[in-house]
Amino acid sequence: MNTVVALLEKNALITAFVIVALLLATSNWLAARLFRGQIHGSAIAISLGLLLAYWGGVSTGGSNGLADVSFFSGLGVLGGAMFRDFAIVATAFGADLDALKRAGWVGALSVVLGVGLSFAVGAVVAVAFGFSDAVSISTIGAGAATYIVGPVTGTALGADSAVIALSVAAGLVKAILVMVATPLVASRIGLDNPQSALIYGGLMGTTSGVAAGLAATDPKLVPYGAMTATFYTGVGCLLAPSLLYLLVLFLQRLF
Amino acid sequence: MSVVIYGVGLLAACMLVGVILGDLLGQLIGVQANVGGVGIAMLLLLWATNSSHFKPLLAPPTATGITFWSAMYIPIVVAMAAKQNVLAAVSSGWLALLAGVAAVAVSFAMIPLLSRLGRQTHDQS
Repeated sequence: MNTVVALLEKNALITAFVIVALLLATSNWLAARLFRGQIHGSAIAISLGLLLAYWGGVSTGGSNGLADVSFFSGLGVLGGAMFRDFAIVATAFGADLDALKRAGWVGALSVVLGVGLSFAVGAVVAVAFGFSDAVSISTIGAGAATYIVGPVTGTALGADSAVIALSVAAGLVKAILVMVATPLVASRIGLDNPQSALIYGGLMGTTSGVAAGLAATDPKLVPYGAMTATFYTGVGCLLAPSLLYLLVLFLQRLF
Repeated sequence: MSVVIYGVGLLAACMLVGVILGDLLGQLIGVQANVGGVGIAMLLLLWATNSSHFKPLLAPPTATGITFWSAMYIPIVVAMAAKQNVLAAVSSGWLALLAGVAAVAVSFAMIPLLSRLGRQTHDQS
């Protein structure tokens, strides 16, 4: 028995293939039987994955969810940024170039607007919780954009490490909520065509959230949402520590 | 002559070039992040697969090298969900929870508005 477990751990990535296959098979079965096709199997699989990640975090105290349990470590490779980005690029094969061109400008607008909106919301929450220095307010605002923009901004502005940790947490909450909530609200917000997917990717911006949210809603929309989302973090890292920080300073002088 | 690895190689080359360009773009505008590397890679792949130069490369077995990875997208995303730091997100306290939830809610609400804007200008043109 021990040698079997040792072998499975040694072939971690291969083990991960089997685990994900079983997880998806279970989820598809649940989707057909329990939910009668009302919910996508992939939406259930992503939710189960998040639940297991919570359990992994509780049982190991690590920061990589289920992948910190050594038996499941292959999930860290399979679900890491390298394979994620590789698969996202592959989804572009067969995408409609005309749809991209037509909605290009609205997609670009949605990225800038998305960064600004999330930053503003995060900053307002920070003020509501009693933060009064522009650096902390901007760092938490940047975290509400994505969990990468937060620490990049915080480091650039010299924020306190506790504030940077808060900004990462805010970004994590956003990413996970986007994964879970997208399939639930998709029909209400008209997320059913390439153009709205481009806008969705630009407004949400969290690559992992958008990737999972669209997978659970309609995999055909993935290339459009992913396209704009991949520009978001870069634009956020550009705007948050500069223009948006100056805006916070300016507003602070006014009040 | 078409081979599966040609498709995988083309896909991989697009991703590498895209990520390198995204990094250069980031350095150019002075941010410590990759700016749209994956997006650029997607555009490169779209260009390559629509271009006549690569036509002979894209016979069915070669294309399988790309479509396989496209089909692996959902399993990879499920693995990605399983490695998220859900514990930190859930136990981070009210400020982080509220900031994250509010940012998502406001962004969702903006989607119908921007969609309408995009459709209007498209109808005019």
